[in-house]
Amino acid sequence: MTTGAAAPSLAALAAAYRDGATTPTAVTEGCLGRIDRLDGRIGAYLAITRDAALADARASEQRWRDGRPLGPLDGAPIALKDVLCTRGVPTTCASRILERFVPPYDATVVARLRAAGAVILGKTNLDEFAMGSSTEHSAFHPTRNPWDLQRVPGGSSGGSAAAVAGGLALAALGTDTGGSIRQPAAFCGVVGLKPTYGRVSRYGLIAFASSLDQVGPLAVDVRDAALLLEVIAGHDPRDATSVAAPVPDYTAALGDDVRGLRVGVPDEYFIEGLDPEIEAAVRDAIAVLRDRGAAVERLSLPTTGHGLATYYVIAPAEASSNLARYDGVRYGLRVEGRDLIDMVSRTRAAGFGPEVKRRIMLGTYALSAGYYEAYYGQAQKVRTLVRQELDAALARVDVIAAPTTPGVAFEHGAKADPLAMYLNDVFTIPASISGLPAISVPCGFSGSGLPIGLQLIARALDEPTLLRAAHAYERATPWHARRPALG
Amino acid sequence: MIERQDVEHVARLARLAMDEVELERMRQELAGILAYVDRLRQVDTAGVEPTSHAVPLVNVMRDDEVAPGLAPEAALGNAPDRRDGMFRVPRILEDG
Repeated sequence: MTTGAAAPSLAALAAAYRDGATTPTAVTEGCLGRIDRLDGRIGAYLAITRDAALADARASEQRWRDGRPLGPLDGAPIALKDVLCTRGVPTTCASRILERFVPPYDATVVARLRAAGAVILGKTNLDEFAMGSSTEHSAFHPTRNPWDLQRVPGGSSGGSAAAVAGGLALAALGTDTGGSIRQPAAFCGVVGLKPTYGRVSRYGLIAFASSLDQVGPLAVDVRDAALLLEVIAGHDPRDATSVAAPVPDYTAALGDDVRGLRVGVPDEYFIEGLDPEIEAAVRDAIAVLRDRGAAVERLSLPTTGHGLATYYVIAPAEASSNLARYDGVRYGLRVEGRDLIDMVSRTRAAGFGPEVKRRIMLGTYALSAGYYEAYYGQAQKVRTLVRQELDAALARVDVIAAPTTPGVAFEHGAKADPLAMYLNDVFTIPASISGLPAISVPCGFSGSGLPIGLQLIARALDEPTLLRAAHAYERATPWHARRPALG
Repeated sequence: MIERQDVEHVARLARLAMDEVELERMRQELAGILAYVDRLRQVDTAGVEPTSHAVPLVNVMRDDEVAPGLAPEAALGNAPDRRDGMFRVPRILEDG
């Protein structure tokens, strides 16, 4: 297998800045140079904020020179999924309806990154409004997987995952509603963390499904994911669903000691349809944890199979309500019509792509008179059962270990049937609808050279244990250090 | 089974203009997804409370204090049509 040079981790970068081995300007220019050379082929970005990035890098350089950096992320070049509002920089959700939207404020996570000195390189591609698992459903262009340009990077945070995998950013933020950080992380061979629901503010994250959406990092290793989480996590008075619990020192919790850690392996995640190469890699990964002293036990989570149907009622229902705001009045596209309703209906018909329309229709149907109880009401109750089952399992074990996805990255156009695409999310959804933190870490490669992801799920707000288990695994294996050969 | 008239009704509720071809394609796609989702009906949920949020939440209260917000000019900056500091929309009421 051919591999490229490993991108430096954020932790290594901070040390190099401190020692004067390199500078924020040099590293930012390096990323911009790779973007210039490679992004025409990969398509990870929707917008590159070159001038602002270089200005921020110069300011960071001065702080390091003065011995007063703002923290370990000072001068770190980072990409943002284009659902996160950036003041004065277009934020499109990869949708025609927001093509010319320029937010007048920063999302809280963006403001926190800026306050920590991070250099924002640009905005990354996604499936329109974060609805999809391949980043083929962007209104502007698809993103390609750096490991194989014929294949998808996963989604919906496919631009962020591809940017990190290809060294077009040293880390990125994505969002996860049903697996949109973890699945592209698995497909692109990087680390992707979905924090506990409420751990990170959603203020300025353009809403898809409000009871599920969560912002999280994509990074080259677990320590970098912990560094980023430390900066973006915490209570925000502007997000009433954000959790008030204090933010632990995630990097201090890492270590690599998993002796006595109880790891549960659920039978229902090793089912027919799971790629045998993925099963082998994930079982090997679990054996690594056992060899390092973890206590591994089998579990049964029988409601797992209901998660997908539950999600594909709840998420579209919430989306149909959230996306009602795109009416051509306050922001975004407007197509004139003969009256107000005609104007709104034409605007939405022209502005939304096919997958977004499908989900709005599905959600509207599930919430409409006569169907509400059968679909939405029932899905909310099944959601309770899935969550109770996971909570009960996590009373016995500290983390659950499973595959992130049933298959490796597929070819562009391979999943034209919407339902076939949805089935990609079968292993990531249970943690999403339960609000639990979950991480995907690289755990091997298929025979064809495509990355495989190990998913770990932990108790609510127990990111320290989740990160410690992931870090211990990563330290014992070489997978995270491999990079695609891109020239 | 979802019928053509159901799709038309839902499209109207969702404020999505659709032509005949789109309506029929949408009907077929929704029928496929609903056939899958219908498996939820088999789950016994007698006595189960619905979950609307993964994290238990009660009403979040704060003091009613004046704080800086978006300036009107910034709030109107993305409006497709505006006049005199307001969003402008097509006429809703006829002249009376």
